[in-house]
Amino acid sequence: MNKSWREYLFQFANSGTLLIFAFLCVYPFYFIIINSLSHPTESAKGVYFFPREITLSSYEQLMQIPTIFQSIFISVARTVVGTIVTVFCSAFVGYMVTKKELPFRSFIYRLIIITMFFSSGLIPWYMLMKTLYLKNNFLLYVLPGAVSAFFIILVKTYIESLPSTLEESAQIDGAGILTIFFKIILPLSLPIIACIAVFTAVGQWNSWADNFYLVTDSSLNTLQYLLYTNLKSNMADIMRTSASGTMLGADLASTGRVTPMSIRYAITVITVIPVMLIYPFMQKYFVKGIMLGAIKG
Amino acid sequence: MNKTQRAGMLLLILPFVALVFVFNYLPLFGWSYAFVDYSPGVPLMEQHFVGFKYFRIIFEGGNDFAIVMRNTLVMSLLGLLTSPLPMIFAIALAEVRGKWLSKWIQTVTAIPHFISWVLVYAIFFTFFSLEDGVVNKLLMDMGLIETGTNILGSDGYAWFFQLMVATWKGTGWGAIIYLAAIAGIDQELYQAADIDGAGRFQKIWYITVPSLMPTYFVLLLLAISGILSNGFEQYYVFQNPLNIDKLEVLDTYIYTLGIARAEYAFSTAIGVFKSIVSIVLLLSANWLSKAIRKQSII
Repeated sequence: MNKSWREYLFQFANSGTLLIFAFLCVYPFYFIIINSLSHPTESAKGVYFFPREITLSSYEQLMQIPTIFQSIFISVARTVVGTIVTVFCSAFVGYMVTKKELPFRSFIYRLIIITMFFSSGLIPWYMLMKTLYLKNNFLLYVLPGAVSAFFIILVKTYIESLPSTLEESAQIDGAGILTIFFKIILPLSLPIIACIAVFTAVGQWNSWADNFYLVTDSSLNTLQYLLYTNLKSNMADIMRTSASGTMLGADLASTGRVTPMSIRYAITVITVIPVMLIYPFMQKYFVKGIMLGAIKG
Repeated sequence: MNKTQRAGMLLLILPFVALVFVFNYLPLFGWSYAFVDYSPGVPLMEQHFVGFKYFRIIFEGGNDFAIVMRNTLVMSLLGLLTSPLPMIFAIALAEVRGKWLSKWIQTVTAIPHFISWVLVYAIFFTFFSLEDGVVNKLLMDMGLIETGTNILGSDGYAWFFQLMVATWKGTGWGAIIYLAAIAGIDQELYQAADIDGAGRFQKIWYITVPSLMPTYFVLLLLAISGILSNGFEQYYVFQNPLNIDKLEVLDTYIYTLGIARAEYAFSTAIGVFKSIVSIVLLLSANWLSKAIRKQSII
């Protein structure tokens, strides 16, 4: 009896503490979502559990910001293109380095792996990007991360765990390297491909620094960058840019149906929603990737 | 496989190797910028060579470098001190009775890892800002404080606050590796311990923790080798004139010097210094690991 009383207390205290932390991890998102849907005056009074006076005015105002659709487009584009490119490059190279017949195989592999352990520094990087005409260029978002040492390790490890008889019988049947890659290896590697794709996609969506360092052309700005400039600018600027020129914008602003804070909520929500939505489904791929990486590393 | 086929394979992989070379090795030539008095527009060969002038300036003092180093090391040290947290979190989570509950907690606590630092700033701004911050409003409504606390612009609390932010973002995700390791521990060990009459904490201390030590050790050594790198984004988005004295770290300093102030040579020199120290630390950590645990980490 004594033992189970202590057990109960422990479970209560332990789970309680963990739940508090879990609550702290998830409540901020919930808070921002319900506040973005509430009327700003209610929000100012304090909306904590349920939205009050539900209105989409903050989102309407969001749509009036001149650069919003361009930023969304750029973010989506870089996520899609970047993911496809990185997945293909990393998978292909990962496959090639498993082929013992590849000339200079260990040299090439080591060349790639070592890159994980050093960095050239910001200025040399910046200078190089400028020289390569990658400044203010969409390819900046796609090319540098295309061949990733970490993903190559993951793919190589995975492919090596596949039975070699598959490849051998295909070779006997006369299939060339590319055929084997696309028709046999790739379909069988879907789990690891999914893992890499998910990691890359989230990384692309969240990417902000390359935009910050090397892009001055505002038509190439991502949603993250838009959120950043919004957060750092003062109130007057926000009201001005969001109400710029459109009738609806000016109307929303002047009638108090929109405040700088409510716009911030709205931008935050649309920046975070894609990750939130795919996260529950992609969780197992993340975990699997970590475990694979951990075992190898 | 004949020579032609093998040459064909090499040809296939060459473009990708070229990409790796261009984006990882080519920039290294930029280290030469640290050795010249850079003037824009002049080709590298014609720049004025100054040798180790900028490296000497790093160590001379009389500039912000010492303060930046202090900030960098403090934040890294704080990170190292709290490095057992993900492990403790994982152990605590593994002790939770309900399967659904522990799965849910693990999923939810890993969410902050997947948002960008800009978004993290957006969230903390929402809660802690001076004018409309939720925390301030609540505390004032409850009568606990008179005027709002400006923690985002606080000089004194800056380090502590950043540590909290990093913990919020990283603990749930960091625990995943340990949870996987815990799941791999042989259950017979626990059963044997039960027979010997071991209590919960004894089982944790004598079985779970030792099993997690290898993982912890590797991650610790990797963290030590990265001691000069705190991450640009986190510190840049949270910086403002009020806390810059405490939050300017090496990564943001290199940016400010190099791109904002166009002091290319000095910034590059600091970057070279940082890279070399990191490599030395990594190799030392690897050697240490080989010596102590007979296993290398790279």
